[in-house]
Amino acid sequence: MHALNDILFYFFAALAVASAILMVTRRNIVHSAVFLITTLLATAGIFLQLQAEFLFIVQVILYVGGIMVLFVFVIMLVNLDVSMRLVQFNRQRFVAGALSLVLGAQIFFAIWAGRSALRLPEMAANIAPRNTEAIGDALFSRFMLPFEIASILLLVAMIGAVVMAKRRA
Amino acid sequence: MGHLIPQSIQPYVLPVLYAVVIVLVLPLLAGYIVLMERKVMADMQARLGPMRVGPHGLLQPIADAVKLLLKEDIIPADADRLMFWLAPLVSVTMALLAYSALAIGPAFQIADLDIGLLFILAISSLGIYGIVLGGWASNSHYSLLGALRSAAQLVSYETAAGLGLVSVLLLAGSLSMKEIVQAQLDQGVWFIFAVPFGFFIYMVGSIAETNRAPFDLPEAESELVAGYMTEYSGFRWSLYFLAEYANMVLVAGIATTVFLGGWLRPLTSFHEHFPGTSIEWLDALPALLTLGVALYCMKLAPKQPVKIQKFVMLGVAGLCFVVAFSLMAALFAPAGVMQGIHGAFWFMAKVFSYLYAFLWFRFTFPRYRFDQLMRLGWRFLIPLALVNVIAVGIAIVFRQQWGWSPTVSLIPTTLATLGVAIWLANDDPPIAAVQTADGE
Amino acid sequence: MIPVDHYLFLSLALFTIGVIGVLTRRNVIIMLMSIELILNAVNINLMAFSRMWGSVDGQVFAIFIITDAAAEAAVGLGIILAFFRNRETVLADEMDILKW
Repeated sequence: MHALNDILFYFFAALAVASAILMVTRRNIVHSAVFLITTLLATAGIFLQLQAEFLFIVQVILYVGGIMVLFVFVIMLVNLDVSMRLVQFNRQRFVAGALSLVLGAQIFFAIWAGRSALRLPEMAANIAPRNTEAIGDALFSRFMLPFEIASILLLVAMIGAVVMAKRRA
Repeated sequence: MGHLIPQSIQPYVLPVLYAVVIVLVLPLLAGYIVLMERKVMADMQARLGPMRVGPHGLLQPIADAVKLLLKEDIIPADADRLMFWLAPLVSVTMALLAYSALAIGPAFQIADLDIGLLFILAISSLGIYGIVLGGWASNSHYSLLGALRSAAQLVSYETAAGLGLVSVLLLAGSLSMKEIVQAQLDQGVWFIFAVPFGFFIYMVGSIAETNRAPFDLPEAESELVAGYMTEYSGFRWSLYFLAEYANMVLVAGIATTVFLGGWLRPLTSFHEHFPGTSIEWLDALPALLTLGVALYCMKLAPKQPVKIQKFVMLGVAGLCFVVAFSLMAALFAPAGVMQGIHGAFWFMAKVFSYLYAFLWFRFTFPRYRFDQLMRLGWRFLIPLALVNVIAVGIAIVFRQQWGWSPTVSLIPTTLATLGVAIWLANDDPPIAAVQTADGE
Repeated sequence: MIPVDHYLFLSLALFTIGVIGVLTRRNVIIMLMSIELILNAVNINLMAFSRMWGSVDGQVFAIFIITDAAAEAAVGLGIILAFFRNRETVLADEMDILKW
């Protein structure tokens, strides 16, 4: 059902872009967080549509179920009723917006110009079956050093976060 | 049957049918589990429980449902209306969505995902948002505190429960629910006997995951009123409540699949037949058990004080006779049908025993204080789960490198894990006195 | 089949929105969330190319990016909490004095 596959991509893509735009424009931070959650779930859907099941699960468990819970916790601990009534966008918004759009346009033209080089046929069933096993294989053989470094990074971050958030007597 | 359905939608018919069955049955099941809980609580407290509404209180869930639907829908002033509406919806959607990967029998599964177990864990971790957003949207201090405590508890214990499952996955070799049960069939042992610590860790983790006693501080009535559910009334509250009981049945289903052998009959490798036929002795167990229940109901029927209770007892006995007869008849049906029906029976029996254990714990153990709860999760369960994973890994090395049999390789590692557990349990300082908030 | 450049355009759109969010919002928490959005856009890019070349290296790298994002979010939020306790503000414009 290739048609269903394609429809799913466009649906998730539209959802992701719409949620992202909503996220950066909301006044209420909790609403922004919820829209970021929707964007991340739509991205997870795109990963699943690319037949990367393990990344779909990692995105949902870690990003949506871990990092965003952390965000939502901090938003609720920081009382932000006052800041909701202030100006939301800073003074350089027009220049910043224009420059970002120029950057986006540049990258767009770069991709557009080179799109013939990307027309390689997507290899259908190469990584789909036993995707988790393939990632596990790669992670513990070729990517062993980055894996260990990532674990040390997480340890450092954990210690850092505990130290930062501790109340000093 | 295959000719009546056009080819393009044929793969979707059966899963949609299963999904509809699950969505229809679960609310009813949740209501009757509440009745079961009240009856079991009463039994353990030497009283009778609900008896008024319907014979033996059997219509109590219906009465509760009608009451909840008719209650006034109160939204607190200054509540965030979008979040207030969204939160119970998220909870119940995630609770029901996780059923799509659960295999209730060899045939009853909506989607046999390669990563089925991880999918269920991922969707359960999304259910946290229902709690957190509900607490926030209620615009009330108690709700927010209860929600944050509940979310912190859920996040801590889902790590521990996940690690408990990982130790078993080392033996099963796959994340697909069907293949995990198949691995238990191939290895001839339920994983609860192979890795008892994994089961213990998963059981404690799942009790905390579903906010059940003794970990129900966030929602116990004598604590923060009702925690994140305080400001919800009527149908919204019933959605949260449905989500909680659906979660309970879900974790029971996961524990059954992974640890208790799923739809396998006890003593799967015992294949003695009735002489002359191909029917095994133990396959007649479901029918015999149901027959036993029917005879027990018939014995109780004359002793009922009220006439309608007599009728209901006899009705239940008759129903059990019919079920026993159909289970017996299934023995003579083609193998697939027998597997399906008996498999579903054993699965439900195991799920209900796990749920009974949940109810039993609720009325046996006192509630944990929040700091005791977090200490238990982070300083006892997670280290124990990590040691358990390493121990099972070492057992697999024993089996593969040195050729020991599976049972022999698991015994020393289980004993080592037991030693670590005893050391961890005695390692914590006494928790009796209330310490200062930050210990500084 | 969806051509690979469609994935890249989606990734570009999310990246641009993330950059706009970081540069134009005053609230530091929303700036952090926009940074997470940028990291996600990069992940989509990596996954599309991983699918195109048929190797899992892109996916493994995406896992590392997610790990990195988790570490950064934890430390960043810790900093925000500590700052909020001192100054009672989360607006970037008002975080302008090192010490008084």
